[in-house]
Amino acid sequence: MTDFKPQIIAFYCSNCASSAATIAEGMKKSLPENIRTVHVPCSGRIETLHLLKPFEEGVDGVYVAGCQEDSCQYISGISKAARRVEQVKKILESIGIEPERIDVFNLSAGKGDAFVDTALEMTEKLRALGPMNPA
Amino acid sequence: MIVARQKPIEEIVEMTQAFHKLLVVGCKGCVTVCNVGGAKEVAILASALRISGKRNGREVVVGEHTLERQCDPEYVDELKDILEDYEAVVSIACGVGPQFIAERYPAVRVFPGVNTQFMGGAEEHGIWSERCAGCGTCVVHYFGGVCPIARCSKSLLNGPCGGSNNGKCEISNDVDCIWDIIVTRMMEQGRLKELIEFKPPKSWATARDGGPRRMIREELVE
Ligand code: SF4
Ligand code: SF4
Repeated sequence: MTDFKPQIIAFYCSNCASSAATIAEGMKKSLPENIRTVHVPCSGRIETLHLLKPFEEGVDGVYVAGCQEDSCQYISGISKAARRVEQVKKILESIGIEPERIDVFNLSAGKGDAFVDTALEMTEKLRALGPMNPA
Repeated sequence: MIVARQKPIEEIVEMTQAFHKLLVVGCKGCVTVCNVGGAKEVAILASALRISGKRNGREVVVGEHTLERQCDPEYVDELKDILEDYEAVVSIACGVGPQFIAERYPAVRVFPGVNTQFMGGAEEHGIWSERCAGCGTCVVHYFGGVCPIARCSKSLLNGPCGGSNNGKCEISNDVDCIWDIIVTRMMEQGRLKELIEFKPPKSWATARDGGPRRMIREELVE
């Protein structure tokens, strides 16, 4: 299991997480290659179905990286995203899948470190859970 | 509208597990409005069923289709060709939907994907409550525009009962005593005395008590 590289889809809000990504790049820190990113104009745009589709395609985990609760420029984007992540957790649980496979993180535009740490944290968590589907 | 609630997905997975080709069928009527059985929910349920199948190493093909209404035969007919590719249907319309589909396609297994709750409306986004019990002879005008049949726990037409407590019903502090509301409203309208006027007992022959109901409108029948 040690060489298991969880495949992860990360939804990034273009306003904060993407700027954090640019800063991380400046710091010569980059995301591990097992993370594929999807950039959205606001995390509030991410629907429940968008969060489920990657699992349908066989990924091991999904996360949303958006703004801090009080700094979403569209007011409630990240709290909407958090509610949808909660809904997906319930759906996964109801079909016997670990709800920890999906999560939501609050980033700040200036925090390049946190941006990469989030990815590593998720990778570690999924590595411990193991693959989503039987081989 | 008819208000429904999704069945737990584990229950849907369990009842359909003998089938490998499922069609989830939604309805653009009431259940779309109460966010439980429209195209969006069809897609979410279908996705969850596919994820579950994959996780358990089962081959399942899950199709998606949403009808204009499942309570009208001309729309249900639309499934004719589509159903050739499937073994079973999960209908997420109100309880009328799965019955209309089962009636029209007797060879197909049909499962209900929602639990139909009541006839009601939205108090606010995400909160619905019951308003009508379909008694067949509407009398809300006697009660300040409020239905005591659907909204009083005992369906009293001469309430309140002795359990009314500070505006709450004795069954729970979360439930308003509808008779408190009726009396208050009749007072506000200066019509309180109408509540004590004698009215003959309500006939329940038009309600469910008279057996299953059917309605024929001669002028519409061809
Ligand atoms: S099938 Fe049920 S939910 Fe759909 S429109 Fe008819 S009554 Fe409403
Ligand atoms: S009086 Fe009868 S028809 Fe009118 S709202 Fe109440 S249950 Fe429905």
